[in-house]
Amino acid sequence: MCAERSYARSISLPPDEVFRNLRNAKRFAMDIGGSLAKLAYYSTVERSRAYVSASSGGDDGDGQDDHHLYEIQEQNELGARIHFVKFEMTYFEKCLDFIKENLVSSHGEMMGKVVKATGGGSHKYTNLIRDKLGLECDKEDEMQCLIQGCIFVLRNITNEAFEYQRHSPQPYKFQTMDADLFPFLLVNIGSGVSIVKVESHDKYERIGGSSIGGGSFLGLGCKLTKAKNFDELLQLASQGDHRNVDMLVRDIYGGAYSALGLPGELIASSFGKMVSAKDGEGQEFEEQDIAKSLLHTISNDIGQISCLYAQLHGLRKIYFGGFFIRGHPVTMHTITYAINFWSRGTLQALFLRHEGYLGAIGAFLKGAEEDDSEKYCWGENYAGSSGLHSTSPPPDFIPRDRTASFDRFELDRLERPLVSLPALLDPPSYFPDTVDLTEDPDARKYWLDCFEEALGKVAARAVASQPSRDDAEMRAQQFMAKYNKRLETLREHPFAYGSLTVRSLLDTREQCLNEFHFADPYQHIKQQENEAALRILPERLQHLDSLEFRARQVALAEGLLAGNVFDWGAKAITRLMEGDDSFGFEEAMSKLQARPWLVDDLDPWLERLQDHPHKCALIFADNSGLDIILGVFPFAREMVLRGTQVILCANSKPALNDVTYGELKILAKKVAELCPTIRTALSEGHLKVMASGAASPCLDLSRIDEMLSQECQRRGVDLVVLEGMGRAIHTNYHAAFSCESLKLAVLKNKWLANRLGGDVFSVIFKYTKGSKVEGKTPSKNDIGTQQPRKSPETDR
Amino acid sequence: MAANGAAKPAMDGATTRRPRLGSMSRPPFPWFGMDIGGTLAKLVYYEPTDITPDEAEAERDSLKVIRKYLTSNVAYGKEGIRDTHLEMKNLALCGRKGNLHFIRFPTTGMERFLHMGHEKNFSSLHTTFCATGGGAYRFEEDFLRIAGLQLNKLDELDCLIHGIHYIDSSKFNGSSECYWYKNPTREDLCEKMPFDFRNPYPYIVVNIGSGVSILAVYSQDDYKRISGTSLGGGTFLGLCCLLTGCDTFEDAIEMAANGNSTNVDKLVKDIYGGDYTRFALSGETVASSFGNMHIKEKREAASKEDLARATLVTITNNIGSIARMCALTEKIERVVFVGNFLRVNPISMKLLADAMDFWSSGQLKALFLEHEGYFGAVGALLQLTKTSPFDVPIDQ
Repeated sequence: MCAERSYARSISLPPDEVFRNLRNAKRFAMDIGGSLAKLAYYSTVERSRAYVSASSGGDDGDGQDDHHLYEIQEQNELGARIHFVKFEMTYFEKCLDFIKENLVSSHGEMMGKVVKATGGGSHKYTNLIRDKLGLECDKEDEMQCLIQGCIFVLRNITNEAFEYQRHSPQPYKFQTMDADLFPFLLVNIGSGVSIVKVESHDKYERIGGSSIGGGSFLGLGCKLTKAKNFDELLQLASQGDHRNVDMLVRDIYGGAYSALGLPGELIASSFGKMVSAKDGEGQEFEEQDIAKSLLHTISNDIGQISCLYAQLHGLRKIYFGGFFIRGHPVTMHTITYAINFWSRGTLQALFLRHEGYLGAIGAFLKGAEEDDSEKYCWGENYAGSSGLHSTSPPPDFIPRDRTASFDRFELDRLERPLVSLPALLDPPSYFPDTVDLTEDPDARKYWLDCFEEALGKVAARAVASQPSRDDAEMRAQQFMAKYNKRLETLREHPFAYGSLTVRSLLDTREQCLNEFHFADPYQHIKQQENEAALRILPERLQHLDSLEFRARQVALAEGLLAGNVFDWGAKAITRLMEGDDSFGFEEAMSKLQARPWLVDDLDPWLERLQDHPHKCALIFADNSGLDIILGVFPFAREMVLRGTQVILCANSKPALNDVTYGELKILAKKVAELCPTIRTALSEGHLKVMASGAASPCLDLSRIDEMLSQECQRRGVDLVVLEGMGRAIHTNYHAAFSCESLKLAVLKNKWLANRLGGDVFSVIFKYTKGSKVEGKTPSKNDIGTQQPRKSPETDR
Repeated sequence: MAANGAAKPAMDGATTRRPRLGSMSRPPFPWFGMDIGGTLAKLVYYEPTDITPDEAEAERDSLKVIRKYLTSNVAYGKEGIRDTHLEMKNLALCGRKGNLHFIRFPTTGMERFLHMGHEKNFSSLHTTFCATGGGAYRFEEDFLRIAGLQLNKLDELDCLIHGIHYIDSSKFNGSSECYWYKNPTREDLCEKMPFDFRNPYPYIVVNIGSGVSILAVYSQDDYKRISGTSLGGGTFLGLCCLLTGCDTFEDAIEMAANGNSTNVDKLVKDIYGGDYTRFALSGETVASSFGNMHIKEKREAASKEDLARATLVTITNNIGSIARMCALTEKIERVVFVGNFLRVNPISMKLLADAMDFWSSGQLKALFLEHEGYFGAVGALLQLTKTSPFDVPIDQ
């Protein structure tokens, strides 16, 4: 996103800037509109990936060599990525030339493939595309592409849909992934309006439409004002006052029409004041006023008609798309207002972050049918995508320079399908993040500062992780520049990529690191920590076994927490660890807040342990080293000994110093060598190590690996254990489960601890019994500045 | 009429529909009913034709002057018009016999109207002036200040419904008040057909004034406002004034009659080269109203007439579409269109008839009433005959 502005007017740019990764393009699709073109291409991207493998010859466990516990390797692998680029039609021909020139390497592969084209301009440019690229070009139905694109983004992109509340301090209310997507109404506002009822992936029907749409706005606007295009007209509209043009209720009544409850400000007759305009009776209006009235009239009308269709067909959700919207605040506001007004708040007007790309996505999917793209899940690549701010001008309305440039959107193919955790109480109302930074300016400032401050350290660690690579320093600089720029954008437009949360900041940082080929900056540190912890494990187990039942359970709980003190991501510990090498497990224990803890449900938990064993515990592991080995494994071992099955899962890909699935597999084997209970449990399947599907220090339980979800279902998970700030505080603190849950963390961040009424190293030990309503609230302080998100119906 | 608004609960039911013939009291003459809308003021005047010599003797001069002035002219000042073709003759009202006259003038002429009332010494008559429409509120003070008249303000939707019931039950000079269009799209076959409106419930009323109100009527006393739109007659005329420089509704309608909207609108075939078969849309369907006007050449080629026609078609179709969905939602088949937008405007009426017919596969029927925009004023007059505070006993 850093390149658009500077390269806006020129097409002679390095392919990596605008048409990233074009050389490897395998397939194209296009959506050609009146003023904007959207190009989609599927490409492979080379990524560096960290692998761990059991040390060679180490499978006998001779333990003699000075070899590491496991080998670390970085390898390049190919990932699939879809790139979308939006640019002005003026550049269309130049762009085709550019593509042609840069396709040399994969041209062989492209031969015989067909470019899928949709949009109003597709038939006009088919021949041009064919001539320029030397590829066949198929026209695809516009509405179908749009519908498929809409379903695709709603299914794959987090925070894709949002409600718009103009006068709220945080106008964008992002929606979580909707588990009950269908049925919905899709209102596409192009030249005219098409209203489509979508019941499933392949069942949809155009139930109506209206000829009063974007074309009417533009057509009448060009006729009645000096504006020559859509943007000029919008600009005029944003400066006008419709009350000089429209006849309001108060112009007829002198005030409100109170018998019907119609306020005086309500528009009674659009353009009604223009009737006597020639009388010169104090008629003062500017063309801005005309433009504003026109925008109001059309948005209102579309809102009303959409509402009538939704009511007639019993639909509750209305998604709006099409060029008329373009993220323009007044338009979205008027449509939202009309929907609220006419439905008395019973219907939801929803807009989409990637509204402009729906047609291109749909066309792309058409061409990709043979590749089963439906089977895969895709995720937004934050590092490579332009944000929503590109279409949302500030209140004083600066004309969007972005339309004169290149806007990008990238999707990475995920290796595994992601689904919801079955133990979630109510998936549709699940909201992973505890604090939405878009709604909390203080928290936002703190965290943005925090991430900015930490950037140098992160970069240094990344460089240190690749001692043999000469270009590491340069790439680290690029990473810093990119992430810094992103932080800057987010300060200005917190909503640019959906809800801004600590999780999104962390995840974006990981993606930016990956973008510059830093696969796993903590790989060596994790290795050392794991090795050190493993050496202490026998002693730890022995100690635990010497304790009485109750004392042992307390020690196990404290062990989970103490392991949590070790987190290279937290500033306090970083300082402690780097200053003092001898800082060990016992010391970590001693750092913990004395009981009673900030949130202290230890007693109810101990009481629970007196009762029947759990059927199956699902544990999401956090840090490498002491945490996983001295905290989690002993806990899991105790569970197994109680007759509880355990699913132990770790991130699928690296994030900070969190243990990864690859590492955990090896560690489990090593632990098994030291502990017969674990060995038996592993071999008999009572303990199963799995990948969570995540690549984040936080955890979105609506997006976990499908296999993990199935395993949970199969084994009947009745206890979910979340540990660490990322998984239990920044996210999921309010998550409600249908089964029991433990949320454990040590607050290593002073600011956060203070905010929650505690000091640094305060302990959160939250135990909740599963129920239909999350009945039990923590004993003292509830965490978070924000109550759990209510479902949309109750939010109004 | 106001456009947007929540439904009103069923009306209070305080009124009876029919005048009570031979009732104990009736108001003194003159009998007026007035409906002051956003654009037009409508006045109905009941001229008694059964005045006895005694009555004539007792009549004040000012009353005679007013009667003579109103009934002997067809135009008043520059803008006032009496719609003589709508006059209802020998109408029984409140035990009297007489003619009902229908007069209209632009709301911008209200002040001149009040000055005339002052000159003709209106206030000397012990009459109540029953008025409805937004102007009854807006001009209440002016009535008192300029003409010395105290207004009895009435709810416009109550008046509208009462007016419709009254006119429909008293045949229009022996012929049918209510009609529909047979074959609305075939110029050669199109016929205006009488409709028996004696048992109309339930029905939808679409009142198209400056804005549009849509009501569902379940019985003579039970109705609710279900919808409306701000795109109404005022929008048509307002846009026409801006687009063509015309002055009056009549000019705008006449231009529209001579124009071709397909020069202005973008049709489905303009986009898809023909029908859009995937979604069963004919190539002739308007895809985007005014959709050609952002193209410079087409903009320059479009005549004023074309623009007027496009405006008329756009507004009419939008109203038709909203009315149709309201009717379907309410599951009501009869849709009655009233309001002055339909005056001298067969193009719109036929479009509405077709819109109801075509899009509902004949399930819905568009009905029209001869007295288009006067029902509110008639309702106000009826209220006068029922609740006048100046009731005097009738000699037994």
